[in-house]
Amino acid sequence: MSVSIEPMPVETGETTPAQALRPHAEDAFAAELAALAAQDDRPRPARWKLSPWAVATYLLGGTLPDGTVITPKYVGPRRIVEVAVTTLATDRALLLLGVPGTAKTWVSEHLAAAVSGDSTLLVQGTAGTPEEAIRYGWNYAQLLANGPSRDALVPSPVMRAMAEGMTARVEELTRIPADVQDTLITILSEKTLPIPELGQEVQAVRGFNLIATANDRDRGVNDLSSALRRRFNTVVLPLPESVEAEVDIVSRRVDQIGRSLDLPAVPEGIDEIRRVVTVFRELRDGVTADGRTKVKSPSGTLSTAEAISVVTNGLALAAHFGDGVLRAGDVAAGILGAVVRDPAADRVVWQEYLEAVVRERDGWTDFYRACREVSA
Amino acid sequence: MTGIDGGEGGAVGGEPLLLGVRHHGPGSARAVRAALDAARPRVVLIEGPPEADALIPLAADADMRPPVALLAHAVDEPGRSAFWPLAEFSPEWVALRWALEWEVPARFIDLPATHSLAWGRDAGGDGTDGTETADPVDVRIDPLAVLAETAGYDDPERWWEDVVEHRGGGTGDVFGPFLALEEAMGALRETYGHGGHDKDLVREAYMRLQMRSAQREFGAGVAVVCGAWHVPALRRKASVAADRALLKGLPKVKADMTWVPWTHRRLSRVSGYGAGIDSPGWYGHLFAAPDRPIERWMTKVAGLLREEDRLVSSAHVIEAVRLAETLAAMRGRPLAGLGETTDAVRAVMCEGSDVPLSLVRDRLVVGDVLGEVPQGAPAVPLQRDLDRAQRRLRLKPEALERELELDLRKEIDAGRSRLLHRLRLLGVAWGEPVASRGSTGTFRETWRLRWEPELAVRVAEAGVWGTTVPAAATAKAEADAVGAPSLADVTALAERCLLAELPDALPVVMQVLADRAALDTDVGHLAQALPALVRSLRYGDVRGTDTHALTEVAEGLAERIFVGLPPACAALDADAAEEIRRHVDAVHGAVGLLGDATAAGAAAGPATDGAERGAGPLRGRWHSVLRVLCGRESVPGVIRGRAVRLLLDDGELGQEKAARLMGLVLSPGTPPADAAAWIEGFVGGGAGGGMLLVHDERLLGLVDAWLTGVPADAFTDVLPLLRRTFSAYEAGVRRTLGELVRRGPGEKAGGGPAGSGAGLPGFATDLDAARADAVLPVVRLLLGVGLDGVPGRRDADDNELAGVAR
Repeated sequence: MSVSIEPMPVETGETTPAQALRPHAEDAFAAELAALAAQDDRPRPARWKLSPWAVATYLLGGTLPDGTVITPKYVGPRRIVEVAVTTLATDRALLLLGVPGTAKTWVSEHLAAAVSGDSTLLVQGTAGTPEEAIRYGWNYAQLLANGPSRDALVPSPVMRAMAEGMTARVEELTRIPADVQDTLITILSEKTLPIPELGQEVQAVRGFNLIATANDRDRGVNDLSSALRRRFNTVVLPLPESVEAEVDIVSRRVDQIGRSLDLPAVPEGIDEIRRVVTVFRELRDGVTADGRTKVKSPSGTLSTAEAISVVTNGLALAAHFGDGVLRAGDVAAGILGAVVRDPAADRVVWQEYLEAVVRERDGWTDFYRACREVSA
Repeated sequence: MTGIDGGEGGAVGGEPLLLGVRHHGPGSARAVRAALDAARPRVVLIEGPPEADALIPLAADADMRPPVALLAHAVDEPGRSAFWPLAEFSPEWVALRWALEWEVPARFIDLPATHSLAWGRDAGGDGTDGTETADPVDVRIDPLAVLAETAGYDDPERWWEDVVEHRGGGTGDVFGPFLALEEAMGALRETYGHGGHDKDLVREAYMRLQMRSAQREFGAGVAVVCGAWHVPALRRKASVAADRALLKGLPKVKADMTWVPWTHRRLSRVSGYGAGIDSPGWYGHLFAAPDRPIERWMTKVAGLLREEDRLVSSAHVIEAVRLAETLAAMRGRPLAGLGETTDAVRAVMCEGSDVPLSLVRDRLVVGDVLGEVPQGAPAVPLQRDLDRAQRRLRLKPEALERELELDLRKEIDAGRSRLLHRLRLLGVAWGEPVASRGSTGTFRETWRLRWEPELAVRVAEAGVWGTTVPAAATAKAEADAVGAPSLADVTALAERCLLAELPDALPVVMQVLADRAALDTDVGHLAQALPALVRSLRYGDVRGTDTHALTEVAEGLAERIFVGLPPACAALDADAAEEIRRHVDAVHGAVGLLGDATAAGAAAGPATDGAERGAGPLRGRWHSVLRVLCGRESVPGVIRGRAVRLLLDDGELGQEKAARLMGLVLSPGTPPADAAAWIEGFVGGGAGGGMLLVHDERLLGLVDAWLTGVPADAFTDVLPLLRRTFSAYEAGVRRTLGELVRRGPGEKAGGGPAGSGAGLPGFATDLDAARADAVLPVVRLLLGVGLDGVPGRRDADDNELAGVAR
């Protein structure tokens, strides 16, 4: 026996999209979505707002036949987006993996917005996420007054997505306790959510699907059981491909952060940023930028986000304690802190890198000295 | 066309049946078989060197298993060669087998290898890359790329797969696709002419002539299997005279053909049939799978992953197939290709990781299939090259074991040494190096030679690596380097490459070496690797090989050891400490040699930065590492003692300082076992430690005082260590030490104050002039100045030598 759940009135009492600090994807890019929908003549899976092909175009960007320009939402390999969209079309759940700062949440939000037109059916995973967040809770006043009934039931975002054939999102899946994670198994394999208290169930309507994100550095936190993992197709989001792309991302973010912290703009900083990004990339990839020498990788993540924080930190140092120009000495300590997470193993890695790579590099003498100073 | 069956059958209107294919295309292969089955030609002509006609019957041999290759090589120059690889799914192979099955004659009709091999020589090819000169891959148009672009594809391979290879079988007209392709190619050739493949005109002229003579012989029943690109040219009417004119005056070399075993991995190489293919395993699967290729492929992948203990269920296979097919639909492809299946396997079975995926790529997409060739196939060129080398070096293979002394300064002996080293690299163990008698110079080598009959088989096996001994050894060394299990193996290989003089293999070996060294976290491995590397540097000097790159790697290795050694010395048990002590010794020796080598390099080369990275800094850093070691409490005694000793020997540490350090270690607070270990490190190992104690009475006094102070119950614990330390000394040294100790401290106290005041302990303050003079003649002799410079001493040497010995 199944029940249908009325769409809940969206509580927009406090904010409208225009006032929001950060509007949802479907609001921010409403025009692009509308243009795509208008010109999309390919078959759409049940309850999809766009065809899979149009969803991929929405994420990767492009120009429509009528000249509408779709901005790229995700800059990265086309293959990844195609696999992600196709996974959703085959009603398999999608698991986006990646180190922090690889746009997992961003991709999941935009996928949900393009597929279902609604990216708000979201469960934020934490160590304290209860089962109710994934299944359903109760309105206790109603429950006490009238006994168990559908009116007393408070559906979770996942339950609503099932009932309406929408895309639900689970953020940071691996942070959710294992027993709570496992409530997803039935939902994903049987596509049904039993409500034993009422002797009823909610069956997923065609079009329902689920996108989960997880940090693959956190695998140890609450690793997915193999039963659950089997229900997901996994897509790993990679780090930026080229130095240039990463320098661009870092300097743009640093600029934004610096402005909000009222740090003075530092035009000469771009060289240091490039250096930080180069060091991070080389250590992360385990090979120098020219591809000639291999180096060991330390235990830390060294993602783009960490490069941003090292540079921001260096800017603050330069502004408050230095001469206002970002120099090697300002970033050296930050880099050391980011690289050497494990005092024994990482220190050897770092010193080898310094001696074998940095010391030999033209124009890096100041950087080498600064690093030697803080490493000693 | 389809209406013709058996017997007199053949192509319509006397026209030969032209089947344009892509080499190594499974779809083409299947279509060729279907077309041949339908047309039943009376002769099958195949693109390939006609010298191989005699070898065709071997293709039906039970022991013949593809992938194999037709190998053509110039008789006097085995390095000049060309390969025509054939896999099970090659259309040419299918046509060959079809002809043999139906007992229809098959012929190769391409330009004879006699000419095509000679082309390379005229073009100034140096013979080592003969495989490419036979069919040079220069700037020329890629017909498929043009067609694919026209069809809106960015990847020509993918276009071809979609249009031809993935086309399901049994769609009625078996000749339709060939006609369509011929039309397309015809349009292309009208636009582009020969498209930069200028030699194709000659080849096509030859093919036309062959086709004509086959038509005269067999009438209409002629089928031709050739690259699709050639079809329009073969269809074209050209006069016999014009074709003959094109073929006039072609250069010639004496060429020989044989079948050689091939591997899937090597199918990806550029060869006589043009560019190789990336995914032979996948193509083989497409060809072999009777139906449902994707499902079968995914099942294979799942089987492989299960073998590697990954959890893959049937549900995974189902989901992977669904994902692959949906992806193909989304990308607008008729059937999921390799790209889609790979994406699906990654997302469903590999949890998004590329690590298990690379396994799939290696084992399935490329695959480890090794072909086999029957015994009857003619000898491989490697054997011929070896024969020639043996004649040239006057080194006959004999079953009788004998020893061979080589003086590497002589041209012929150096050549012999190189040959033997190269053969060893190839696994042909004709000669075994043995320790040289008498001389220890690096220019001498001694070999024990013995030729066993089965070595011929080894040579045949090694034939897969190349056609000449150097080329094969180079290829083998490169493959070995990539597959070497440990760092020390790679350095040993580098050494062997230098000995065998394979400069072409060195870059790859060096790269692997640098990579391994960078990633190896075990200081022990690094330390093991360094000595061989430094030895190689010295050999390189003797043999005049450029070892600059090697020097850099060795320096980098040394740097890594310097950084990693101190942390690696913490928390070691006795055995591990002993091992590290040996490493410290080895590195010490290597750093000394390396310092010399780099200093020499810097002096020889014009570069000035070599000087600052020369001997000084490297040794200096090593000394500072040793200083760190000897001062660190957590480092085991045996290593600390050794470090002090090495510093003392190098004059980096004064006797005073050494004595102080020894005094600290031997002070009563230190556990006796630790102190004994220190002593072993300091004076043990028979490295002249005994003499040190004999001559430095203060050190001996310290040891003596400590030993007498060891408590009775601890004495039995330290006894084995001390015995090990002192029993390694020569008898004379032990005796002197014993006498010194028996003489006792009192005696020393008597002679001590006078001596220790100014000079070194154990030595008098002033020189004994008479004894010093006695040494002079020997020194003069050694320096070669004495005899003329001091006439009066001319005849004095014997007596004086006796005096020295006194």
